[in-house]
Amino acid sequence: MSGYRLERGGLIKRERRLGFTFDGKPYHGCEGDTLASALIANGVKLVARSFKYHRPRGILTASSAEPNALVELREGGRKEANTRMTMVELYDGLVARSQNRWPSLYFDIGALNQLAAPIFVAGFYYKTFMWPPAFWEKFYEPIIRKAAGLGRATHEPDPDRYEKAYAHCDVLVIGGGPTGLMAALTAGRSGARVVLADEGPMFGGSLLSEIEEIDATNGLEWAQEVLGELASLPEVTLKPRTTIFGWYDDNVFGAIERVADHKIAPQPYEPRQRYWRIHAKRAILATGAEERPLVFGGNDKPGVMLASAVRSYVNRYAVAPGRTGVVFTNNDSGYRTARDLRAKGVRVAAVFDSRKNAAVPDAGGVEVMMGALITGVDGGLGVKSVSFDRGRGEEHIDCDFVAMSGGFNPNVQLACQRGAKPLWNEALQAFVPPDNGSALVAAGAAKGSMLVSECLREGAQKGAQAANDTGFHCKAAALPLTRDDSYSITPLWWVKESTSKAFVDFQNDVTAKDIPLTAREGYRHIELTKRYTTLGMATDGGRTSNINGVGILAEATGRTIAEVGTTTYRPYYTPVSFGAFAGPFKGLHFQPVRKTPLHEWAQEQGAVFVETGLWMRSSWFPRPGEMDWLETVIREVKATRGGAGLCDVSTLGKIDVQGPDAAEFLNRVYCNGWNTLEIGKARYGLMLREDGIVFDDGTTSRLSEHHFFMTTTTANAARVMSHLEFCHQVLWPELDVQYVSVTEQWAQMAIAGPNARACLQKICTDIVLNDQSFPYLAAKELTILGNVPARLFRISFSGEHAYELSVPADYGNMAARALMHAGAEFGITPYGVEALSVMRIEKGHVAGGELNGTTTAVDLGLGRMMSTKKDYIGRMMAQREGLIRPDREVVVGVRPVSKSDRLLAGAHIVARGDKPSMETDQGYVSSVAFSPMLDMWVGLALCKRGRERHGEVVQLFDGLRDIHIEVELCDPVHFDKENKRLYA
Amino acid sequence: MRIKCPHCGERPSEEFSYLGDAGPKRPSSNDPASMDDWFDYVYLRENPKGVMQEYWHHSGGCRGWLVAERNTETHEFISTVSAREFALRRSS
Repeated sequence: MSGYRLERGGLIKRERRLGFTFDGKPYHGCEGDTLASALIANGVKLVARSFKYHRPRGILTASSAEPNALVELREGGRKEANTRMTMVELYDGLVARSQNRWPSLYFDIGALNQLAAPIFVAGFYYKTFMWPPAFWEKFYEPIIRKAAGLGRATHEPDPDRYEKAYAHCDVLVIGGGPTGLMAALTAGRSGARVVLADEGPMFGGSLLSEIEEIDATNGLEWAQEVLGELASLPEVTLKPRTTIFGWYDDNVFGAIERVADHKIAPQPYEPRQRYWRIHAKRAILATGAEERPLVFGGNDKPGVMLASAVRSYVNRYAVAPGRTGVVFTNNDSGYRTARDLRAKGVRVAAVFDSRKNAAVPDAGGVEVMMGALITGVDGGLGVKSVSFDRGRGEEHIDCDFVAMSGGFNPNVQLACQRGAKPLWNEALQAFVPPDNGSALVAAGAAKGSMLVSECLREGAQKGAQAANDTGFHCKAAALPLTRDDSYSITPLWWVKESTSKAFVDFQNDVTAKDIPLTAREGYRHIELTKRYTTLGMATDGGRTSNINGVGILAEATGRTIAEVGTTTYRPYYTPVSFGAFAGPFKGLHFQPVRKTPLHEWAQEQGAVFVETGLWMRSSWFPRPGEMDWLETVIREVKATRGGAGLCDVSTLGKIDVQGPDAAEFLNRVYCNGWNTLEIGKARYGLMLREDGIVFDDGTTSRLSEHHFFMTTTTANAARVMSHLEFCHQVLWPELDVQYVSVTEQWAQMAIAGPNARACLQKICTDIVLNDQSFPYLAAKELTILGNVPARLFRISFSGEHAYELSVPADYGNMAARALMHAGAEFGITPYGVEALSVMRIEKGHVAGGELNGTTTAVDLGLGRMMSTKKDYIGRMMAQREGLIRPDREVVVGVRPVSKSDRLLAGAHIVARGDKPSMETDQGYVSSVAFSPMLDMWVGLALCKRGRERHGEVVQLFDGLRDIHIEVELCDPVHFDKENKRLYA
Repeated sequence: MRIKCPHCGERPSEEFSYLGDAGPKRPSSNDPASMDDWFDYVYLRENPKGVMQEYWHHSGGCRGWLVAERNTETHEFISTVSAREFALRRSS
């Protein structure tokens, strides 16, 4: 317990006290605090346990790069695991819990792992849990997963809403620090449409945390003035709490706006988060730089913090991390921390500067030891003292916190997400962004410019350039005057004299020693080092660890850092919640529901619906007392074949084709011919793909000389339409033809059975239906019920005397009701797609199971349809050797030898006496149905040389479902082979 | 990401579907001797690193097919033309 609230200063509102709990214990903070600063103010140092060793961990940063201080935030359906407390704005009633500890944060059994640390080296999972292999899944993995881990996800549904939104701008400025403010101001003044986004709740960036002087005032006041002006510019949009997480093709940026994360719950009208896709003509990367930790013994103990984070806490949040600090640095910036702490009245025992020869900056009166290294940190749950070495042997100094600075990494992530690698800058000892052209340019600290004057100058320059590039004109304006600090650095990647574990990756518990070990074991490539050690693979994306890892690997392998390079940068800059990705597209909003024009009628008839793609199709219509679907389907089939049935077939694709070349167009897309089709007639058509395989089938009718009405299968409706468009626009643009999908415009119903004509006649008042006026395959436009326009086709899928009737969609329910009413005396019965399927299998009609993308017209028994008189899609390739082989699998009927045996689709056909294997496989059953007419299961199969084998008894084998029966191969037409019923 | 449809102007890429290489031209002959040409047309595709011509379909828009010049390395669209115009130009 050592941190405390300073008496004065900071950007917090002391009068606004907020209550919160951490691990069930109540605390108070102020408005403007983060959860991290509020806990420090309350003297809490230990906030987490580490991933692998369960070591006590404290707060390392004051930024979104935080690797340690992760909590489960909120409760119930709103619980969010692995939330960085440095980014959690405090609100009244906040509830947070620590993670990865049992039974408590202060006494954690898992910490025993540390005693076994020698075996927990890099790659230990691979080395230790190798044998026996079967143990991995059942034993090792569950135990490891339980012991090593982060927070637990909630199992309750998220009660909040998430939105998706698009934005377009001339200039996107990423980051609202001095560079970003200056860039936005310069571009904004020209009238350009500017979006300025910052991940924090307040704009100002480093100016919120650092003591700066700009234009004779302090940096904070300067930022306020700029913000005031930006707010007054109508084309400038300020987006606080908005993280730009990814850079994509065409200069599109992904962003998450945390609309209500800073509240206990969103207002009823608010989403929790908004997922933005921002199209920017130009973008400026002003993301600043992240400080690197130093790698020394005990650098992960609670109380060891980044030096810049210490400045944030004292200056912005008015909290001191402890009573007495020490600073450990390899660059000038650490001195700032000493000065700022002194200015706030916090004692600093010493500045340890690892550099032997450097101009010593002003340390604010604190004792400076040059060439001094911290080699160890003492204290269990928090820093008590440090041991250091300045060339006089081990010495100790008491302190309760350590501020460390290993230099700065420009936040290059976004600039490297599209493939370009960052460039090593020797003077800065850091990677800087690559040149990506003018679409995304870096400025300020993100580019490696460490002085405020440079940031402001570059911000103005790049802002003006971006605005000018997009057609605006920026007037030259004087730059604000600043007082610059100095910045120089001498690298120190690892204090090898360390007396205890020195951590590189705090979140994944990767120590400095793991890296040379990994290199010795052969994983010298940085991408391999990363995966073998898990360096940089945690939820923090390695923002505090990657470059230190690169530096240590370079030293260990005798290469330069530029030679080692970095791992690949990918989205996301910080973690994004799944809810934001899903947005509103969940539950019934995940995809649209397509209801047919007969949906209401089907509902009235008690239909059970089945999803077919987006469609809801009526699958059967149970009647009271029926025990299962099969009983219902049997009744529907018998009623249809015995009297009349009515089925909704509106989901079939319907395409209206018109024009002088319409017939020729059909000639080329279907394998059969269309020139001879008379007006008023329908014909079955078969389409092939260009590779000779069957694509789709359906009936197409000629309504007039230049007008055809095409139908497609339900599944291929959209594909056929695109295919027709491709064929016409790309292959034959000279054809004078037009076509449009009218699937949604027409309700279509099949009326089948011996009484079908009698039912229809009652509503078709302007035609006398008989075999002369309306023979098989007749197609006619007419009116029904006096004045409803309709199209009637005498076509049959069921094998019965049957019709299909189309009416404009809005008349669908009415027409179906009228038909039911008219057909009542003939016993008309609604039937669904199941009965439809049963009847087509009884008749041996091929459908989806057979038109499966591997079969040819010949395979399906439709070879005679292929015209030899014309060119059509697929004609040539259908003649390939492999597609005309005599031993191809072709459609054949199957029926069980023992009448009571059940058939199942997918079962394989094996000759009698053969043992089932890949080699003896003869084909498989593609469709099955229980035939009410034959009182047994029947099926269609694709079987080698099937047509020559009618009458042969074969084995049906299905190892998965343990089926082994005998079936007879037969004619695919199981019922009414003479087609008597069709013409009846 | 946006694609310039020759009919509709710049539209989000989500409205388009991709088909592939616009290079191969459908052979005009049904002579069995032309089988190799057909095989090339149906199966052989270049996979260049750099600029190629591709068929795209404005399937969520005007339903027009277009031919886009696109850099497969940078994903940058260089130009678009309606497939109809492309076909007529190529056959003339």
